[in-house]
Amino acid sequence: MTETINFELDGDGIATLTIDLPEATMNVVNRAFLSDLSELVKKVTEDEAIKGAVIISAKPSFMAGADLRMLAQMSKEAEGMSPEERFKAAFGYSDLLRQLETSGKPFVAAVHGLALGGGLELALACHYRVLSDDRSTKLGLPEVLVGLLPGAGGMQRLSRLAGLQVALQYASTGKNLSSMEAVALKVADLVVPKDKLLESAKAWLLDKPVAQQPWDKRGFKIPGGGGAMHPNAVRTMIGASAMAQDKSWHNYPAVEAILSSIYEGAIVPFDTAIRLDSKRFAELMAGPVAPNMIRTLFVNKLAAERGAKRPQGQQKKPIKKLGMLGAGMMGAGIAYVSARGGMEVVLLDSTLEAAEQGKAHAEKLVEKGIKRHKTTKEQGQALLDRIHPTADYADLEGCDLVIEAVFEDREIKADVTHKTEAVVGEDCIMASNTSTLPITGLAEASRDAERFIGIHFFSPVEKMPLIEIILGKKTGDEALARALDYAAAIKKTPIVVNDSRGFYTSRCFGTYVMEGAAMLKDGIKPALIENAGRLAGMMVGPLAVADEVSLELSYKVMSQAKKDLGDAYPGSPADDVIIKFVEQLGRKGRKNGKGFYEYPEGGKKYLWPEISDHFPEAAEQPHVDEVKTRILYRQAIEAARCFEEGVLDDAPSADVGAILGWGFAPYTGGPLSFIDGVGAKAFVAEAERLAKAYGRRFAPPKILRDMAENGGSFYPAA
Amino acid sequence: MTEAFIFDAVRTPRGRGKPDGSLHEITPMQLAVQVLNALRERNDLDTAEVDDVVLGCVAPVGEQGANIARVAALAAGFDDRVAGMQINRFCASGLEAVNTVAGKVMAGMSDLSIGGGVESMSRVPMGADGGAMASDPAVAFKTYFVPQGISADLIATKYGYSRDDLDAYAVESQKRAAKAWEEKRFEKSILPVKDLMGAVALDHDEHMRPDASMQSLGALKPSFADLGENFGFDGVAIQRYPEIEKINHVHHAGNSSGIVDGAAGVLVGSGEAGKRLGLKPRARIKSFASIGSEPTIMLTGPSFAAEKALKRVGMNKGDIDLWELNEAFAAVVLRFLDVMDIDHADLNVCGGAIAMGHPLGATGAMVLGTALDELERTGKETALVTLCIGAGMGTATIIERV
Repeated sequence: MTETINFELDGDGIATLTIDLPEATMNVVNRAFLSDLSELVKKVTEDEAIKGAVIISAKPSFMAGADLRMLAQMSKEAEGMSPEERFKAAFGYSDLLRQLETSGKPFVAAVHGLALGGGLELALACHYRVLSDDRSTKLGLPEVLVGLLPGAGGMQRLSRLAGLQVALQYASTGKNLSSMEAVALKVADLVVPKDKLLESAKAWLLDKPVAQQPWDKRGFKIPGGGGAMHPNAVRTMIGASAMAQDKSWHNYPAVEAILSSIYEGAIVPFDTAIRLDSKRFAELMAGPVAPNMIRTLFVNKLAAERGAKRPQGQQKKPIKKLGMLGAGMMGAGIAYVSARGGMEVVLLDSTLEAAEQGKAHAEKLVEKGIKRHKTTKEQGQALLDRIHPTADYADLEGCDLVIEAVFEDREIKADVTHKTEAVVGEDCIMASNTSTLPITGLAEASRDAERFIGIHFFSPVEKMPLIEIILGKKTGDEALARALDYAAAIKKTPIVVNDSRGFYTSRCFGTYVMEGAAMLKDGIKPALIENAGRLAGMMVGPLAVADEVSLELSYKVMSQAKKDLGDAYPGSPADDVIIKFVEQLGRKGRKNGKGFYEYPEGGKKYLWPEISDHFPEAAEQPHVDEVKTRILYRQAIEAARCFEEGVLDDAPSADVGAILGWGFAPYTGGPLSFIDGVGAKAFVAEAERLAKAYGRRFAPPKILRDMAENGGSFYPAA
Repeated sequence: MTEAFIFDAVRTPRGRGKPDGSLHEITPMQLAVQVLNALRERNDLDTAEVDDVVLGCVAPVGEQGANIARVAALAAGFDDRVAGMQINRFCASGLEAVNTVAGKVMAGMSDLSIGGGVESMSRVPMGADGGAMASDPAVAFKTYFVPQGISADLIATKYGYSRDDLDAYAVESQKRAAKAWEEKRFEKSILPVKDLMGAVALDHDEHMRPDASMQSLGALKPSFADLGENFGFDGVAIQRYPEIEKINHVHHAGNSSGIVDGAAGVLVGSGEAGKRLGLKPRARIKSFASIGSEPTIMLTGPSFAAEKALKRVGMNKGDIDLWELNEAFAAVVLRFLDVMDIDHADLNVCGGAIAMGHPLGATGAMVLGTALDELERTGKETALVTLCIGAGMGTATIIERV
């Protein structure tokens, strides 16, 4: 009996293998599945009554990739293993798929929904692929997104079916293919309506099935050519290597490994090629990048989305009606994602016109979605019908949650809170989208601080995956539970933090921006600062990102902190730079059309050539590694400080929030994973050196010094 | 140590490296054979006295493959005992071939040999031999591989050479080449190439554009902008040189070396062998060196090679009367002039590859011959010949007129 795959044999001798993992919404490759598939491949191979087999899924999707929790486990187990043992562990699934494809019996994959990673690799090992014409049917190899490569022959089969270019493109980016694209590229054979999947698969098996892959036939040649001697393939590889380096900034070993696998795999026989893939897979699993990325970007991200921080004993009560105060960029974006999440949204602004303008923003987003086939006209209209623009607080009646995104001013915020609470019921939760003002203080304006919470969105709301939920001193469990349920409804990843200046993400992100400015003050070349940021793994250089969020904002945050902290304000060399640019030069950032960069109309932005007139470049420039170190350490130290001060109380939230919130170098797995990776002792020593060289902001917090002394780490040692 | 002397140097004219070029109908084997035959005839050489024929060739595949040097010696009817070896030091192959045979003479392990090179770029295109450096991702990632044109633009960007600087240099190269031809300065070494019927296929460098001007060059589009901006190579270069914001694409067909066909050979031997065979030494090979340099910027090797070669024999740059640096790209030369702090009036006095072309495997032997002719013409004493090289190298040779 197999527990993950149902086996059926029909009167024509056609076996149907229906994948249906128990108690799971999605089929994944886990140990039980591997053992079941192995057993059934053997059965189909050996049982003479069986002519061929269809592999299909009982779930809304065919199969996602490997169970990343299993991979995380494998990665731990691999420590201390010999290379041979690690290879064996990595090669298991690939070996099984190779047995399937060389079994002599024809296999068909009948795919509806997602076939990703190990799921697609299974389909590719079959001798024929039928896809449903449904929009939800997508094929892809997303392993690269968690620092891995497709380890079960997927790249080799893809390049042999569709050529090197296609294999390189999809395996190195993790991009999905639609059914139509898959057939056009010869990745699949046939597209049929969903209800004809099984029938069509069986029809091929009964008609003229071929139980041999093209690459197992004599004289097979890779479409478009392959190998080191084929001019076309050589050209393709030269371009692919450069473009991949250009995009990955040498931070993702998986990207290089994928290119190498596809390149070398085209030179050697198939069986050698898949063994090379598994060797590379095993090496990537040995880390540090893949294990860190899997832990943060998959395991812990998923846990956060599934309510790891949800207080116990709180019943689920869906938010049906949401009040949105303020219809500016943020408010409009929040209204849009909430309506998309199925809520009725009252979008309120001081005038009806302003509120309607906010809705117009949602209309534009819907239009874009329709153009890109992400939604239909009907769905889009239904979404828009759920957004009700108004200037009348009375319309907020019956709201389960009200979020304010009005001007960052305590009095204005207090005023809208009073007006709202005059209308809404007692169980309504009141939330603020402030990014700077402490929640505890804002909650004082509320009739019930227990039901007051911070929900910090990132701009643009429809794109940014994270929300930061902030607990004021008095915020209660129910408010937290509802905020988390709301996050789930709008499909955002939540992290939960405690009240503090700048909370967690803004505070740490600020250190990135300010360190960039501080380095200008130190006379480091602007281009070196920017490129070091990218080389360190940040999505955007610190000066560019400062322009994006506006130098004026940095100026305001700095001024406010000075005012609030008085003599305790630590100061930074960056302050002079920000003051100079905002006060004296009037260069306030991108919105203002000028900042650290120039923004020529219709042209590409470039660094303002006159920066060096104001902050002269030092004759001796630091090595780029030193600049990278400053950038990464400054942020990581701030994250550790937040941890020490109790702004957050768990490493996963810090790491998930850092990567999704402000784009901290994803390959590190987040700032705390980064510290663990360096090792507390070495990290503290380096931080102390930096503090001596550049200032107290680099001084390692006590929590790190303790770890260095006691050999501790943020995550339990593997 | 035995001294190594140059007895003779010949080169073919350089034919435009395209199907309509005058040397396109001539096989690379024929180019090499005609050079070997010329050396035999000009020096009344008993080929049994020749130990080795070493030829540089950068795309040694197809009709240039399988050791073109040995096969050319056979095809030229040299004595069976003459060995042959093809070498590949990329753009400096022709010079390295001469250094190699000179080194054997100096070591007392050879009496007389031929070093040279051949490349029919119109028939065996650049890059025809593939290679891991560009196509194997593991290597490309490790070495931050970019094509040479990107490296040349990187030099211009990093050291601040403008398009006008480069074009002005190119115009001057064309002028000098035209004047050199007018004054028949190449006459001693030029070997007109014959066709199948014995008629002259080409007797002059046909890539030259003596009328090139700032205006005419100004109209040319940058050659490497698309490659750099749309295929990721600028990004790769910047990751290696993060102090640079953006690569200025300033090189084009008019300020880069021309793609041409050609071959050259240099007869090298000991003084004793010269005496025995009645060969007159023309120059002494004083010193030579090859060196590696950072491979992404790739083309900055010549100054390092020159310094190394000078140092080996206790010379300094003031001891050199005449400089030859292959004009692979204008920025390479401008950088060399700057870093060596020497005068353009003493370098590439007869123009260079921007005007006359750069037949990869042969160029090193060609410019060595040019330097020798020029020393003899002007009565000067010493010359240093150097070339920039793919994958980040430089080779240099110092000769002294006898």
